[in-house]
Amino acid sequence: MTALFHSALSLHDEPLPGGAHTSLILRKGHILRLTDIDGGANVSMMMLNPHEKSERLNLPDTLKGQHTARLTTGHCFYSDMGRVLAAIVADSCGWHDPFGGVLNAAETLEKYGAGRYQELRNGFYRNGVDNLLVEMGKWDLGLEDLLMVVNFFSKVTVDEESRFRFSADNSRAGDFVELYAPMDVLMVLTALPHPQDPATEYLPRPVQLSWYQADRTEAVTDAMLTRDENQRAFHNTQLFAL
Amino acid sequence: MTFIISDRRPEDAFYRHVIPAGEPWLFDVKQGQTLRLLDLEGNQAIDTLFYNADNPRERYDPQRTLRRQGKVYLTTGSVLYSSLGNPLLTIVADTCGRHDTLGGACSQESNTVRYAQNKRYMHSCRDNFLCACLHDGRLHKRDIGANINFFMNVPVTPEGGLTFEDGVSAPGKYVELLAECHVMVLISNCPQLNNPCNGWNPTPAEVLIWN
Repeated sequence: MTALFHSALSLHDEPLPGGAHTSLILRKGHILRLTDIDGGANVSMMMLNPHEKSERLNLPDTLKGQHTARLTTGHCFYSDMGRVLAAIVADSCGWHDPFGGVLNAAETLEKYGAGRYQELRNGFYRNGVDNLLVEMGKWDLGLEDLLMVVNFFSKVTVDEESRFRFSADNSRAGDFVELYAPMDVLMVLTALPHPQDPATEYLPRPVQLSWYQADRTEAVTDAMLTRDENQRAFHNTQLFAL
Repeated sequence: MTFIISDRRPEDAFYRHVIPAGEPWLFDVKQGQTLRLLDLEGNQAIDTLFYNADNPRERYDPQRTLRRQGKVYLTTGSVLYSSLGNPLLTIVADTCGRHDTLGGACSQESNTVRYAQNKRYMHSCRDNFLCACLHDGRLHKRDIGANINFFMNVPVTPEGGLTFEDGVSAPGKYVELLAECHVMVLISNCPQLNNPCNGWNPTPAEVLIWN
């Protein structure tokens, strides 16, 4: 947890139901807060530069540049062009996952069983690949743009035998993470259970989306200069549109 | 780590090509053929991407691949899955023991972030990828996703740390993959000089294919 870089007054609030997908452009200087409403939420997200959509979140660059395999306050999301698309400026969880990815329709059927619209109407079992593809299609993006995604609110560790371990209690009701945009960033997201969550009942959790104006952008940037790599990446961001 | 040796003989391969240090190579491997990547002089990262040749938008997916095997490194038995969930290739032999798929490929832009602004103009893997893609015509910038770094060692710690270590490879180490469908193979024989991923000395690598 760190100090907040915005007033209590949000610009807009919107719940994202469990299982749903959406997309938005977080404007330069704004902060998006994701809040886990019930606990146990997971949000899978892709990020892109809306002005040049071939520039996208590059998780390998993000991880190796900051020598981390977990994401929390002080970490930046780097694009493939070496710019900071977004930065985590507040986080009550302490761990967000870069490994798990999203399930497709076949994997969702295998894990949860059949859950078709025909029987369940809008409670049907959705999957991350299709949710993200549909949302990306609205921006004229395609399968080639579906890269490694971040899974917010989820924690997956790697043990001494190099095996993945999912932590079930990483996020509780009211936990939140805040993303600051030093440049306009297109976010495509879906609220579905983490693929490595062992629960076999389909129970997607809702999240609240809240927009804020950062009130001290220089202070935000200073707080994110946790390492030299971030300073150079912020420099690249500034050079994108001098 | 477990080492699985292949009984295939280089003289029986129908295709052999040595990729000089720092250069790209793009080629096709048909379903049922076996591809060997050979680290000729040791500690050479071979940055590699795979595509379904019948639908080049469908690409190797590192998150699905790692999730489905439940482990963070690639070795014999690893099935390389696509973004649509289809198996592209399976690793069938490996004398190195483990390979990285989290470290990505170097680029001019990431070099400015990782090292210094004045490293921008050094040669890089993603420049290699782009050059090979645009000459071939079937692939474009947006098709370049997270790749495999064969022969590269990027340990992940239980605390969530990630580091670049000296290579675990050595002269003559190889990895073999069986193509589960018709795949395009995009390689950059890594030119990185700013970290130990190539033992500070990029060297040639050989590609062999058997029917």
